[in-house]
Amino acid sequence: MINITALLFYVFSGVLLTAALMVVTSRNTVHGVLFLIVAFFNAAGLFILAGAEFLAMILVVVYVGAVAVLFLFVVMMLNIDLGEIRQNIRSYSLIGAFIGGVLLAELLLMGIGWHTSPEAFDLTTAPMAGLNVSNTQALGNLLYTHYALAFQGAGLILLVAMIGAIVLTLRHREGVRRQKVGDQQARQAKDSLRLVDIPSGSGV
Amino acid sequence: MLDALLSLLPLVGTIILIVVLLLLAVAYLTLVERKVIAAMQLRVGPNVVGWFGLLQPFADGLKLLHKETIIPTRANPLIFLVAPLITFGLSLSAWAVIPFSPGWVIANINVGVLYLFAISSLGVYGIIIAGWASNSKYAFLGALRSAAQMVSYEVSIGLVIIAVLLSAGSMNLTSIVESQKGLWYVIPHLPMAVIFIISALAETNRAPFDLPEAEAELVSGYNVEYSSMTFALFFLGEYANMILMSTMGTILFLGGWLPPLDMAPFTLIPGVVWFFLKVSFLLFIFLWVRATFPRYRYDQLMHLGWKVFLPFSLAWVMITASVVVMLGVIKA
Repeated sequence: MINITALLFYVFSGVLLTAALMVVTSRNTVHGVLFLIVAFFNAAGLFILAGAEFLAMILVVVYVGAVAVLFLFVVMMLNIDLGEIRQNIRSYSLIGAFIGGVLLAELLLMGIGWHTSPEAFDLTTAPMAGLNVSNTQALGNLLYTHYALAFQGAGLILLVAMIGAIVLTLRHREGVRRQKVGDQQARQAKDSLRLVDIPSGSGV
Repeated sequence: MLDALLSLLPLVGTIILIVVLLLLAVAYLTLVERKVIAAMQLRVGPNVVGWFGLLQPFADGLKLLHKETIIPTRANPLIFLVAPLITFGLSLSAWAVIPFSPGWVIANINVGVLYLFAISSLGVYGIIIAGWASNSKYAFLGALRSAAQMVSYEVSIGLVIIAVLLSAGSMNLTSIVESQKGLWYVIPHLPMAVIFIISALAETNRAPFDLPEAEAELVSGYNVEYSSMTFALFFLGEYANMILMSTMGTILFLGGWLPPLDMAPFTLIPGVVWFFLKVSFLLFIFLWVRATFPRYRYDQLMHLGWKVFLPFSLAWVMITASVVVMLGVIKA
């Protein structure tokens, strides 16, 4: 008897890793984004296997349903020419290697110096079989009580980012006639229409 | 191993049954659409193939089936063929969580509403990929319009769903329906029900929001390069999505399988019949609107989605949350 959960885990993680590899290696950028979507999907599958159904659905809704759509939009509109990029790549290789090295060093330092406080394990909210609470409820109970401040802070950061993006792209162009539904509705016949009784032979 | 496979047989049978019934429903929805619009325009509609034109959908299907599948020379063939499969596959996969009657559901998952929302938010991919892979201006323009429109109206659908979730206190579709016993959410949440139906029209690219396939300017939009079965898959997917949206409306607002009054003559009729009647009513609204309203302009569409529906539904969610806490339905 094959353990179906284990089998699914290997399928999901195998496809996830392959897709992630294809994201960075595929020559066509649109293909790259499509592989990214496949990767997101399989990550959602892994979440479901771990019993985190809410996270899985949110991952699909937010990342696949919204973020990746915007990626796809941008990549399709830009019509990126890889040949041109490849010519320029050599001039950036040194600074690229430097940034990569710094990031790697940071990750290693974090990984080695990471200490978990003993209390942290008591706060872990992985699926609790004994507790008769659904996944979503467990998350909500913690998110809106213990981590309320962090949650609000994250929301605020997103709001600021959104306002920033709008401010950066907002342009008031001259000569654009916008439709004002209120004005149109409020308009009366007497505002725009004048009845003239013209005597014959005299003109207006 | 064999036992495990055998135990899956009833499940596979149910899935096949639902798919076949759904395809039949789609086939007859096209006929009903033509008949209803014909009646509204004082015409007869299809009446030649079979009695009252009852075999017309099959004639149409057979016609599509034996046409040639044309792949444009400059298209990206693999992605070009995958796009209709995505649209069709997604429109089928959503039905896994739909409860037709108490217990009549394939997967009664805790996050059913979120699953439906996730699936419907993925529908945009089939269209945008089709438009890109066709390598055609009309198809690409149609796809871009469609994607922008679907992403915009998803936001208000999401807020509508949140308002209903707050009232029901659950994301499980079965318990959402059961919490409507006595009072369907269409009554307390009437404005949200209206917003949901309008957003559903936009989400399925139906008139008056059918800009993505505005035939006067874009020929036929994102599916202009598709022929034969590839086109048929888009067509089936679109109509299946219409039925899905009506089903979502039925579950969220019209009390699913519940009878209108909990009394003798109504309770004698099985729940699945009520379910079918309600879905049919919402589908009729789709057709009715198509025969009634002219197409929106693109800026009007965006204005409606972002500047009217979004603030209103956000305010409604806050009001709902306050009322739910005040009434003590959910302990704060």
